[in-house]
Amino acid sequence: MPVTSVSPQTWWTIFRISLEERLVYRADFALGTLMRFIPIVTQVLLWQAIFEALKGDDVAGYQYNDIVAYYLLVLVGRAFSSMPNLSEGIAQQIRDGQIKKFLIQPIDLIEFLLITRVAHKVVYYGIAIGPFALVFFLCRGFFSGWPDAITLAGYATSLVLAFLLGFFLEAFIGLIGFWFLEVSSLLFMYMLINYFLSGHMFPLAMLPEPWASIAQAIPLQYLAYFPTQVFLGKIQGEMLAWGLTIQLAWVICFAILCRIAMHYGVRRYSAFGG
Amino acid sequence: MAIIEINGLSKTYSVYHKREGIAASIRGLFHRQYRSVHAVRQIDLQVNEGEFVAFLGPNGAGKTTTLKLLSGVIHPTEGTASVMGYVPWQRQIGYRRRFSLVMGQKNQLWWDLPAQESFRLHQQIYRIERPVFEKTLDELVELLNLQGLLGQPVRELSLGERMKMELVASLLHSPKVLFLDEPTIGLDVVAQHNVQGFLRHYQQQRNITIMLTSHYMKDVVALCRRVVIITGGRIMYDGSLSGIIDQFGGHKLLTLQFSDEAPVDLKNFGELVEVQSPRAKLRVDRSSVTTVLGQILSKYNLVDVSVEEPPLEEVIAEVFASVNGTHEAELNKQQVLSNASD
Repeated sequence: MPVTSVSPQTWWTIFRISLEERLVYRADFALGTLMRFIPIVTQVLLWQAIFEALKGDDVAGYQYNDIVAYYLLVLVGRAFSSMPNLSEGIAQQIRDGQIKKFLIQPIDLIEFLLITRVAHKVVYYGIAIGPFALVFFLCRGFFSGWPDAITLAGYATSLVLAFLLGFFLEAFIGLIGFWFLEVSSLLFMYMLINYFLSGHMFPLAMLPEPWASIAQAIPLQYLAYFPTQVFLGKIQGEMLAWGLTIQLAWVICFAILCRIAMHYGVRRYSAFGG
Repeated sequence: MAIIEINGLSKTYSVYHKREGIAASIRGLFHRQYRSVHAVRQIDLQVNEGEFVAFLGPNGAGKTTTLKLLSGVIHPTEGTASVMGYVPWQRQIGYRRRFSLVMGQKNQLWWDLPAQESFRLHQQIYRIERPVFEKTLDELVELLNLQGLLGQPVRELSLGERMKMELVASLLHSPKVLFLDEPTIGLDVVAQHNVQGFLRHYQQQRNITIMLTSHYMKDVVALCRRVVIITGGRIMYDGSLSGIIDQFGGHKLLTLQFSDEAPVDLKNFGELVEVQSPRAKLRVDRSSVTTVLGQILSKYNLVDVSVEEPPLEEVIAEVFASVNGTHEAELNKQQVLSNASD
């Protein structure tokens, strides 16, 4: 499968057009973005009730403040690693034949999707940064202060890698559409497992065995749990460097899997719906 | 030298064969039956540079599959093909920069944005120099009468305007070879006429090679000197438009104007097509036209008589019908005839 070498100017054009497209339905997009903050309130209230019932005991080393801080940071991680509509979009394009555009034109599908996704995220952050800043300001009491520069740099790197991992992982699921055509059930399973094993629901330290070991062995923790632990200073020094290396390795692994799926998928492709 | 060369090209699809009913659906969860559909069988074809070739055939004849094979979208089951020296399904970037495929109503434009944004993206991905891009765009916009529409979101354009925009997008990089799959499908007569006029002018001006599939005979008559008829995945005919009538038009049409009422026994002379007394139209076997005409002239008084070739679309519909047989062919015949009368 030939891969195009897209020039920076092409990247910029795709980025700019995606940005413009994203801003067409601005009201819907803004509303959708703001709605994502509603679960914060319910989650905080839930943990408040749990800790009141525990009367001062901790849960797997987490106090109420730690949990709220953890949950807020997980939201940031998810804002980078979640890829709404990526898998379904790819499978849909395979099903209805629209994907042939990328087989005919001198542009690489995965590269194109990556650029458009960066544009979508930029628009999302542009809208969400206000509410995020407000929520973090209101909840500043739950944090024990700003981490040092190295931790912050590690955190920023882990977020970028979380974005790339989320992208390649979900793109890979979408490309399975070359074989299954419909991937919604597969995606539902992935989302369900992801919800627990990425640390979205609760810190992975709370998981019993064998789930704790499973969570450690698979890449999902790098989507939300790992960046959060980095920010909270629970992973530092050599452990941080090692963690980032493993995270990068997973990114490369899924990028390669995407290429393989694309290569064999296109051979299998019969141009359905075309 | 041929710019497109196809030798023994075949494509067989494996299609899930589902039986009717809920029980069959449940059985299908565990055991699926597949059947082979031979979309294209052992096709040989050479197209020279600058030719405008029409691919005609009933639905499912293999026309679109052939274009998909030549565009590199799908791999063949067997056979070889070369377009401008490239093997299409290797999808080399050099090849992708030099051809275009337009599939009627398949959108390559960004739906929510003005077409000019999509064109700008094409400029980048095809690496078209800015002055060349602007000159080509101006020329295409003028030829297709699209002034003032470039800044309008694509979703707000009419079907005809969208099709024209698709054509602009596919021609911005000045492809040497263009594959057109039903470029006028769904368009009204005026829009069809505009697109035909544009394609004719553009092809003559640039001397590009075009392969076109269409159900509209008017497209074919207006644009192509060479016609390839494909049915059941096989090439049935390859030659000029008029040659189709010579090869497949086994009959002629006699229009007879009687001095009195049209006689009732006309069906003894041939197939009665239409009677509007005192006028009648008779379909007669090509070899017996003179004999039949002599018999009628000796028996009745005629005011006027004319002998015509059957309409092209009727002959083509019969070719389709002779291959497909049965009901489906009859449907195709109706489709060709109704499209021709649009």
